[in-house]
Amino acid sequence: MTWSATSDPMVSIKNVYKSFGSLDVLNGVTLDVMKGDVICIIGPSGSGKSTLIRCINALNDIQSGSILVEGLEVNDPNLDKLELRKKVGMVFQQYNLFPHKTALQNIMMAPVRVLKQNKKTSEAAALELLKKVRLEGKENAYPGELSGGQQQRVAIARSLAMQPDVILFDEVTAALDPETVGEVLQTIKELAEDGMTCILVTHEMAFAREVADHIYFTDRGIIVEHGPPETFFKDAKDPRTREFLSQIL
Amino acid sequence: MSYKTDLPVMLPVKPRALEPFKSLKKRHILLIAFLTIVGPSLVFAQTGEFEKSPLAILLDWTPLLLSGFLFNLVISFGAMALGTLVGGLLGLGQVSLFAPTRASSWLVTQFFRNAPWLVLLFFAMFLLPFELNIFGFKLPLPDWFKAILGLSLPVMANVSEIVRGAVRSLPSGQWEAAESLAYTRRQTLWLIILPQCVKRMLPPWMNLYSILTMATVLASIVGVSEVMTLTGRALAAEGGRTDLLAPFYGLVLVLFFIYCYPIARFTVWLEHKFSVIN
Repeated sequence: MTWSATSDPMVSIKNVYKSFGSLDVLNGVTLDVMKGDVICIIGPSGSGKSTLIRCINALNDIQSGSILVEGLEVNDPNLDKLELRKKVGMVFQQYNLFPHKTALQNIMMAPVRVLKQNKKTSEAAALELLKKVRLEGKENAYPGELSGGQQQRVAIARSLAMQPDVILFDEVTAALDPETVGEVLQTIKELAEDGMTCILVTHEMAFAREVADHIYFTDRGIIVEHGPPETFFKDAKDPRTREFLSQIL
Repeated sequence: MSYKTDLPVMLPVKPRALEPFKSLKKRHILLIAFLTIVGPSLVFAQTGEFEKSPLAILLDWTPLLLSGFLFNLVISFGAMALGTLVGGLLGLGQVSLFAPTRASSWLVTQFFRNAPWLVLLFFAMFLLPFELNIFGFKLPLPDWFKAILGLSLPVMANVSEIVRGAVRSLPSGQWEAAESLAYTRRQTLWLIILPQCVKRMLPPWMNLYSILTMATVLASIVGVSEVMTLTGRALAAEGGRTDLLAPFYGLVLVLFFIYCYPIARFTVWLEHKFSVIN
């Protein structure tokens, strides 16, 4: 490879194929994400968006192609998955907080157990993160006592506590009440402004337009079209993109 | 969130309050009292030619029968403890990522889960020696210990299935969240999965204990001096009087009922409590 050190992409996906049994989900996807970039992947249901980002942290394996994350090849059978996952955070549609642990424990447990950080400093950092996602005073609440939006913000804080290089957001507002969507999007927007590299799968077009540096449109396992939001939303060229946008906007 | 509504279906479900002993009514207690006290006296009234009343004889023997029942409890504790320990490990083996471990744990579990308890008990009784020779030390294996071993086998298999079922019943999102936070599989299991499983495992585990306690009388068939054996001996010592059969075995039934019924009620209550929370 002939990348210069400064322009190395943080995540480099090349020609990735993935199928579940006889169902082809990804049919040759290529995309690069630079440090500090916020990219949004949009597209109809079943177009492989979620599968694509789940492949980035090896929750799903791929059949062929290459995914490089900070120099780690995800499609290497000898990959140290734990190393990869320390670099890549993930936030899920269903929050997936640990229901038997408080908000604070949810956030500080991985730094203490996985990164072997000091308990005191982890707790201080976790409290700081709760403040950042505007949940001061909720440290002792259990997930069941929090609203969906609050749980999702704890989940974002939990992911941030591992100090990842990039965070994957898998339709994180899809399960939320409409009135709590805004607070979660606001949190993500602040992260993006802080320079965190984010890869989002989303149906929130207005949000994508506002925060994304680059938008990718997927359909049937390929990237049909991509571009910066201004041009993407104004003059999409591919008929499939146009059709999708006309339905959703 | 609460909405104002006239429609009952829109209101939050209010679970019926369950208390462990609520459904044990006065008439039930009367029935138990009848079985233990009034029943034998009635029998006595009809067969008055004996010099000593069945009730008096029963009272004479009660301390011995109680000690025998205590022995049943000891066997149940031992078999439950041993079965839970080994069954827990076997259950973890059933969710192992290593296929040979998974397959062999599954096989052992299925084999002992589908075997009659009495046959397992016979195996333990007659295949184990009466003493073990370990490095020159003679370790005696009394009958009651063999009974514990024999009964712990089906308990082990059932606990194994309870563990496997509880682990599998957790949403896959819990595993994925833990994986994406770089927890090792072992950490995921012990810090995240199993603590959530304990709640789910407790009701079936207690149910199993109840069944085991009632099954401890099987040990009488292989000669362990538990309550059934002692009852038989007491009846024989009284000359095999037929009017004593009902009160004596009635007492044994009542003893088990008094012990197992609260456990069953408590299990129902626990199940109810957890089903409301989760």
